[in-house]
Amino acid sequence: MNRDDIPLAGLINGGAASLASVPSMSSERLAEVVCEGIGMGLRISAYFGATAADGGTELFAILADDERNKLYAGRARAEGKGFPSIAREHPQAQLFEREIAEQFGLAPEGHPWLKPVRRLQAGGFYRVEGEQVHEVAVGPVHAGVIEPGHFRFQCHGERVFHLEIALGYQHRGVEQALIGGPDRRSPHYAETAAGDATIAHATSYCQIVEALSKRRKSARAQAIGAIALELERLANHVGDLGAISGDVGFLPTASFCGRIRGEFLNMTALLCGNRFGRGLVLVGGLRYDLDEARAAELLERLDSGERDASVAIRLLWDTQSVMARLEDTGRISRDDAARLGLVGPAARASGLSRDIRSDQPTGIYRLTQMPVSTYDSGDVLGRAFVRWLEIQQSIAFIRELVVSLPSGDIRAAPGLPPAGLAPATLAVALNEGWRGEVCHVAITDADGAFSRYKIVDPSFHNWPALAYCLRDQEISDFPLCNKSFNLSYCGHDL
Amino acid sequence: MIQTLIHLLVLLVLPPLLLGFINKTKALFAGRRGPPLLQVYFDISKLLRKGLVLSETTTWVFRAGPIVTLASVALAGLLVPLGSPLAPVAFAGDMILFAYLLGLARFFTTAAALDTGSAFEGMGSAREVTFACLSEPALFFVFLALAKQTGSLSLGAMLGASSLPFSAAFAAPLVLVCLGLFVIILAETCRIPVDDPTTHLELTMIHEAMILDHGGPLLGIIEYGSAMKLLVLESLLLRLVLPLRFESAWLEWGFFVAQALLLSVAIGVVESIMARLRMRRVPYLLTGALLLCGSGFVLLVR
Repeated sequence: MNRDDIPLAGLINGGAASLASVPSMSSERLAEVVCEGIGMGLRISAYFGATAADGGTELFAILADDERNKLYAGRARAEGKGFPSIAREHPQAQLFEREIAEQFGLAPEGHPWLKPVRRLQAGGFYRVEGEQVHEVAVGPVHAGVIEPGHFRFQCHGERVFHLEIALGYQHRGVEQALIGGPDRRSPHYAETAAGDATIAHATSYCQIVEALSKRRKSARAQAIGAIALELERLANHVGDLGAISGDVGFLPTASFCGRIRGEFLNMTALLCGNRFGRGLVLVGGLRYDLDEARAAELLERLDSGERDASVAIRLLWDTQSVMARLEDTGRISRDDAARLGLVGPAARASGLSRDIRSDQPTGIYRLTQMPVSTYDSGDVLGRAFVRWLEIQQSIAFIRELVVSLPSGDIRAAPGLPPAGLAPATLAVALNEGWRGEVCHVAITDADGAFSRYKIVDPSFHNWPALAYCLRDQEISDFPLCNKSFNLSYCGHDL
Repeated sequence: MIQTLIHLLVLLVLPPLLLGFINKTKALFAGRRGPPLLQVYFDISKLLRKGLVLSETTTWVFRAGPIVTLASVALAGLLVPLGSPLAPVAFAGDMILFAYLLGLARFFTTAAALDTGSAFEGMGSAREVTFACLSEPALFFVFLALAKQTGSLSLGAMLGASSLPFSAAFAAPLVLVCLGLFVIILAETCRIPVDDPTTHLELTMIHEAMILDHGGPLLGIIEYGSAMKLLVLESLLLRLVLPLRFESAWLEWGFFVAQALLLSVAIGVVESIMARLRMRRVPYLLTGALLLCGSGFVLLVR
């Protein structure tokens, strides 16, 4: 089998396909096809269960082919109590399968470590036995003001043998709440799936509804939406570099980046009145236009933001004690990154060229060449440095967009989307949020309402990598590694 | 008598101000205005007025820890000369007592931490004791070098009571010993690059991890005790680097206080311009300090 005859439905990012055109097969066959696909260099973007119209369970797999800028969708009818596990061979599937087991009561046969993803239960942690091994439990209540998560370390002295991460404390039922939609609440659920990636999630949601209702944003709306997405990236990347610097006890960058992050958030506020971009992206358009006066001010603020950020961040690379701390901490090799299915800056730091903006571009990104910033070390330094490269790129890109904004209207028709989305259709939208690939998949029922809405936050792909990179590291390096990924708890827990 | 009273007064009152200066320096480097210089006094007095919550698993050791620690450090403070060249208490061999008073303080801090049975505090104690294995011998090499040079076994005499100026041959060993001593001060008082006193990350802490379960007055005593330890250790270095004598006792004390504050600013600068070391590398730094002090001693006995 080669990439031309993968027996799945081909899709483009932001596109829709009628359910009838998505081939249905046995769950054994689906697992086989997915495994072969991964063997050919494809990766899992989403793998989830859905309740079919007749009450049975269907499994859906969305594979991404980054070389050919294509997505594949396949589905399988789950018969009986289980389905064959893909995670046996490809660890990137393991969380997805555990999620299916948790939500639909189907057991992935042969799954190496089957336990709930979000529904917490006592015990059930992997344990290393031995007199000199000690266990350290951290969280879910932490000393800093961060989200709740539980971390269980198996240590020998300072050395970590194994780390297991238990999440689920932030589970709010976002996906369930979206079923039956879209309604007036749906966009807000999408925006707050992970609040620090509001624009990315809102954009994906809107692309889904647009694909299902055959609408499109104007070029101007797409360009301003991209500006907002890049500003979100800037604010978070700058904040992350500051936080990494704070974790190693390097004050100057830590405090300056904290302030500069605010400057970038304020630029988003300049666009739409909200520092996190809530309410900016609408189905078929945007809520606010960028007039000339504000465009000029944005450019001005961008200049000063760039100046300040450069000074503060270059200080990191110029300080030997910082570099010594970042280098070789929490290393993930390129192969491991691929096996774990990493996305976003974490994948790029390990040398994987993965960026939705260039691999599966939608909107204005189709018209620009967005170079993928990679680094080859795979350690904390790599993850920090990729952020710095992306900061510079995003600033240049925003500048380019602002000076050549397409003319036209940005407004969508107000209110609810016009009657009815395409019935019995599957739509997929991926966007490169600042953490990585934000994947939304929607399936509509015969009336054109969502019968299943699946959100895959990049954190869902990357959390296992954090646990993995701690192996054989020192336990005191955990906070630094954690910061270098800076994953979302609520994006994972939904 | 007056000198002894002033000694006590400085020993008891000055320490929190040193931390205030460190914090102010760090804030200025970070582009902030920073807390008031007297903030540490406010913090300690706030803590002393608070209630106390004790874990059910702890015993008297937990409560005794901070008190014994403070008492040991205060006693050690009586053995070193501060502003005046004479320490209130001095006898041959008091340097051994000095080192082991600090050792006793450490023992009780770690014992109190272990008493809670918490994984974090166990980790903090293990780190503290491991690193002390290197910083304590380094401190002894400092004392050995000084004893060799001054021919005295009393801290007071070593650190300036002998009015003899140091000979030129002592210059090189003195530089080595002072560098080593500076590193020991940073390590013993839990400053960057060894420890980060401001971190909230339990897994990276050393000293802070040991006092996670202490609150209220006990925490206040601990904070006060560690500030005092900073002053006591700083005085060792100050008396070595600038053993200047003045006619007036007041001038001498004023000069000492100014020096101590200046050294605190220097510590603040070090904290501001460098990142913390990886935990695995801390022993290298301390071994470096040990070698510096040891080489200083070796140069003298050759």
